[in-house]
Amino acid sequence: MNLIKESVYLSEQVVKMTIEAPDIAATRKAGQFVVLMTDERGERIPLTIVDSHTREGTIVIIFQIVGKTTTCLAEMRVGECLYSVLGPLGRPTEIERVGTAVCVGGGVGIGVVYPIARALKDAGNDVVSIIGARTKDILILEEEMGAVSDRLLIATDDGSYGFHGFVSQVLQGMIDGDERIDRVYAVGPVPMMRVICDVTRPYEIPTVVSLNPIMVDATGMCGACRVAVDGVTKLACVDGPEFDGHQVDFDLLMNRLRMYSSHEKEAMESCRCGCHGK
Amino acid sequence: MPEQDPLVRRHNFDEVPLGYTEEQAIIEASRCLQCKKPLCVAGCPVDVDIPGFIRLISEKEFSLAARWIKDTNSLPAICGRVCPQEAQCEQLCVLSKKQQPVAIGRLERFVADYERASGVVSIPKVAAATRKRVAVVGSGPAGLTIAGDLIKQGHAVTVFEGLHKAGGVLIYGIPEFRLPKAIVDAEVDYLVKLGVEIRANMVIGRGKTVDDLLNEGYDAVFLGVGAGAPVFMNIPGENLSGIYSANEYLTRSNLMKAYRFPEYDTPIAQGKEVAVLGGGNVTMDSVRTALRLGARNAYVVYRRTEAEMPARLEEIHHAKEEGVQFQFLANPVEYLGDDQGWVKGMRCIRMELGEPDDSGRRRPLPVPGSEFVIDVDMVVVAIGTMANPVIPATTPGLETNRWGYIVARDETGETTRKGIYAGGDIVTGSATVILAMGAAKKAARAIDAYLQGK
Repeated sequence: MNLIKESVYLSEQVVKMTIEAPDIAATRKAGQFVVLMTDERGERIPLTIVDSHTREGTIVIIFQIVGKTTTCLAEMRVGECLYSVLGPLGRPTEIERVGTAVCVGGGVGIGVVYPIARALKDAGNDVVSIIGARTKDILILEEEMGAVSDRLLIATDDGSYGFHGFVSQVLQGMIDGDERIDRVYAVGPVPMMRVICDVTRPYEIPTVVSLNPIMVDATGMCGACRVAVDGVTKLACVDGPEFDGHQVDFDLLMNRLRMYSSHEKEAMESCRCGCHGK
Repeated sequence: MPEQDPLVRRHNFDEVPLGYTEEQAIIEASRCLQCKKPLCVAGCPVDVDIPGFIRLISEKEFSLAARWIKDTNSLPAICGRVCPQEAQCEQLCVLSKKQQPVAIGRLERFVADYERASGVVSIPKVAAATRKRVAVVGSGPAGLTIAGDLIKQGHAVTVFEGLHKAGGVLIYGIPEFRLPKAIVDAEVDYLVKLGVEIRANMVIGRGKTVDDLLNEGYDAVFLGVGAGAPVFMNIPGENLSGIYSANEYLTRSNLMKAYRFPEYDTPIAQGKEVAVLGGGNVTMDSVRTALRLGARNAYVVYRRTEAEMPARLEEIHHAKEEGVQFQFLANPVEYLGDDQGWVKGMRCIRMELGEPDDSGRRRPLPVPGSEFVIDVDMVVVAIGTMANPVIPATTPGLETNRWGYIVARDETGETTRKGIYAGGDIVTGSATVILAMGAAKKAARAIDAYLQGK
């Protein structure tokens, strides 16, 4: 169980991994995630389920290498087993027919927004997707996003591909051009999600974000993932991970994400799997 | 009972009591008067034959004493360590009137440890297979106990556990220095040897529901999911970094072994000025963990006085010895943070005790104008837990009370759904390991009868 069936680099720091998890594959819905541990001493980390194949009994995750656990995860080989995989967790995305849905994905967030875009398309929406990255080489899932969108817009910070600038500017362009937008879904680095919400707020365009706080059990037991939405404390693992972006306290989320930065450095320096550090 | 020196043990995660030697155990066991009408047994939630196992100890029949206890209590190594004996068996001991009661808990611990150390763990007779299947949801004290009882009756038992390791509060809630995890692992292995199937990483209510289990062919379901949702005060600043629920703090330290970071990857804040709110065992566990993780000052902040504290006396005593400081009749009203969003202070208000409330204890009331600030860089909120709604929300017809706890018959654990039973904290609210075990034993008898009739 939890066998790794496939592991490929989508870019230098981003890995797509297919894991055998038939129970999860059978019941998961768009927007949900898993919590996994690479080995017995590992951390529990949440990762969105990007895709699943019920017949093969597999799920697909995409992750960026940012710290100890993701580094070790990237080093694991096809045929190895993850120590533990729990899911599906979180509330599924509320998928309804709203008309035109704009899905904005930044960096590895594109992997998170992909299943949402697909579910929205399947529900009969017109889907416009805006995906962005710092530079063309690290832009992921262009083909896949194109396949589930009626229109795909691309932005790169350095202009190496598509629009030269940020996804938020592309979205502003759509608004300025009076294009119909019934709802926006935005997933990416916290500053990106915050900016998207700032763009849509004056026009009162409903905006849903998917939050990524630190989690431990991810089943509503511990409160590590608490976020503030409209001044009320919510648990991202059971009340989210998606929330009304206009009500989210992004400052609080950023503060809480920084809680273990010194530990994270120390963890990178002490390695068990022999792949890095001392 | 010899114990680790407080100034030494406040820096390690080893057990405090060092355990009886054989001579000490025999001497203590010989104090027992072997009363014809033993009062102690009535104080035991699982009716252990206390004089029986104690007599065997005094006769040097330690292994037999272990088997004797296990007839009724399947987890003696655990209960000997965590039962509040002072409020149960030992309180009723006839010797407690004029001297110290017989140290029943310590003797139980001695016997269980002896058996484990000897490497010869008795496997009891298991009845003929009944071909009936029971699903147990939750692998805490209730789930493990009922699994042990039902498997001995010949039923097929599968335990579903949401975390990656079995044990429930025994592994995530109680620290290593009170209950070594090797003991919990040994108890779980024992059940597996008996034939219990344990499936970790399965949260019933997400993906698979209780009704799915019944439809899949389980003849009965026992819900021992505990009261695992955190309770916060909802006061300003409570989401500042460095403020933990006790569930999170203890799960990081105990289950994820963050106290051994970076040997284990999960981090935990190591506050120097730590306040823990509450007055129960979880508060004691949290504050003593904080001390061991390097706190210079570790405070318990409790809104009532020591007399009202529900914590086990031994834990309070050990905490004091280790240098924990107690702020009684105080309650936080607000947290102050620095410019990085980290907690730096806790504004508290003094309390005074008024009339008794529902719990029978005097109600604490704030004294206006008495605010003061405690400098802290870490806070653990250990003021209680509540029910996680995932099971009731996904099991139609399963009645809960207004607090979200499952309504179940006291003597049988029967819920409002046929074939579904419940026991432990999910029924009573957070209580003790031994009470969960007692409820599980009653439910086991009821389920066995129900399955025989099916």
